[in-house]
Amino acid sequence: MISLALKSALAALAVNEAVVTDFAARGFHFDVTVAPDAVEAAAEILNLEGFFLEAITGVDWLADGQMEVVYDYNHSTTPGRVVIRARVSRATPELPTVSAIYPGALWHERETHDFFGIVFLRHPDLSPLLLPEDADFHPLRKDYTP
Amino acid sequence: MSVLASSDCKETFVLNLGPQHPATHGVLRVKLTMDGEYIRHAEPVLGYIHRMHEKMGENRTWAQFMPNTGRLDYLSALSYNHGYVLAVERAAGIAVPERAEYIRVITVELNRISSHLVWFGAFILDLGGFTPLLYAFDDREIILDLLQAVTGSRLTYCYFRFGGVYNDIEPDFITGTLAFIKRLRERMPMYHNLVTKNIILIKRLKDIGFVPAEMCRKYGATGPVLRGAGVGYDVRRAEPYSVYPELDFDIPTYPEGDCMARYMVRLDEIEQSMRIIEQACAKLPDGPVMAEKAPKIIKPAKGDYYAAVEAARGSFGVRLVSDGTTTPYRLKLRSPSYSNLSLFGEASRGMLLPDALALMGSLDLVIPEIDR
Repeated sequence: MISLALKSALAALAVNEAVVTDFAARGFHFDVTVAPDAVEAAAEILNLEGFFLEAITGVDWLADGQMEVVYDYNHSTTPGRVVIRARVSRATPELPTVSAIYPGALWHERETHDFFGIVFLRHPDLSPLLLPEDADFHPLRKDYTP
Repeated sequence: MSVLASSDCKETFVLNLGPQHPATHGVLRVKLTMDGEYIRHAEPVLGYIHRMHEKMGENRTWAQFMPNTGRLDYLSALSYNHGYVLAVERAAGIAVPERAEYIRVITVELNRISSHLVWFGAFILDLGGFTPLLYAFDDREIILDLLQAVTGSRLTYCYFRFGGVYNDIEPDFITGTLAFIKRLRERMPMYHNLVTKNIILIKRLKDIGFVPAEMCRKYGATGPVLRGAGVGYDVRRAEPYSVYPELDFDIPTYPEGDCMARYMVRLDEIEQSMRIIEQACAKLPDGPVMAEKAPKIIKPAKGDYYAAVEAARGSFGVRLVSDGTTTPYRLKLRSPSYSNLSLFGEASRGMLLPDALALMGSLDLVIPEIDR
């Protein structure tokens, strides 16, 4: 379970209200939207609490002119899923990498860059991972046409 | 090449392992910077069989994506069926009859045994022993026949439905399953005598390829890799789903973190899966196998949902984003081998090449699931 101290530490980073979600209905316990600059700080807090990173992915909100980056964290001894989200503008989709804290993020961020064109600042290598090595398109953007 | 390669060492060369290589079990390429027989730097190169399943999810209905889930991990396809139906059932609020839940557990666990048997055979094959593969495939064949009778396919299953399963099981299936378990129980000591106690195998696996718990955490590794590092994390216990809470089973863990520990975890899991199947067969209730009120057209409420299952290789997760229409807005597949392979670069540093292949085999990679 997620401790109260952790909840308040993450809630301090939230841009709007941090939400305790109903696990049975949603599949995660705690949902926090932070500013793009704060994803590293959130990762640092979760790292100190012993969480591991399940995945990073994106969602393209074309109508809002924004893209969302979603970080799924989980804990292996005291299970509790924490979702960290950050929204960046579609025009300049940039936010810092968390790979210095979680090296497992290296591939997840590269994949998110492949699919959405979101740039993770200070990431050592954003060359295509799953797409062909000369790919210059981002297939999961909603305005992508093959 | 890399920073490591140019630092203190006199001379290195680049060795290309794959994309077609028997030890990679699929189309995976690893770029190795070698110092003689020792690995200085290993970089897996992915994407050779990338099919963009997540994009396919966005241009078909929720139900039409079902067959795709059987084509991620071809060795334990039913777990992936299960993860996806759980996510959609959670999103759309569909209840599942109890008999269907038991059938799901029985078939998923049979699939887990068959997956571990293939891994067992192929892993020993990597290490140079040919015979165990033939024994393992002999046993696996029976599982494929059993599952074919109920699901209609032998490998890429599409058996589960939102609200239940496609087909009820026959009494013959239960008899056949119990007979198979009796047979496999009798053969497990033979496997241990033939392979586990073999001095060559022990020398190849013991104290080789350390993946400690902290490395697993940093890279998000789950499943037998994590349990082989002494952490008893299993989604079936951590986030109980289906009827697992009603069944009695242990979660095997070995603290050593070497190849032998991961080997032992998987063999012990075969025994635990047999226990689960026996209990589920005994408790199997009567009743329907599909929810009567399951809607034909699925339109989950707006929002995002997550569901995870314990697949044969670790935690498989599905993250759905619904905009309230008949097609998913976004469908993310979190596959376990992807995270498990991502630690290979760090774990293989400084290892002898043949030992690194033992490490790679012990991670139990299935490439279509990594590339998706």
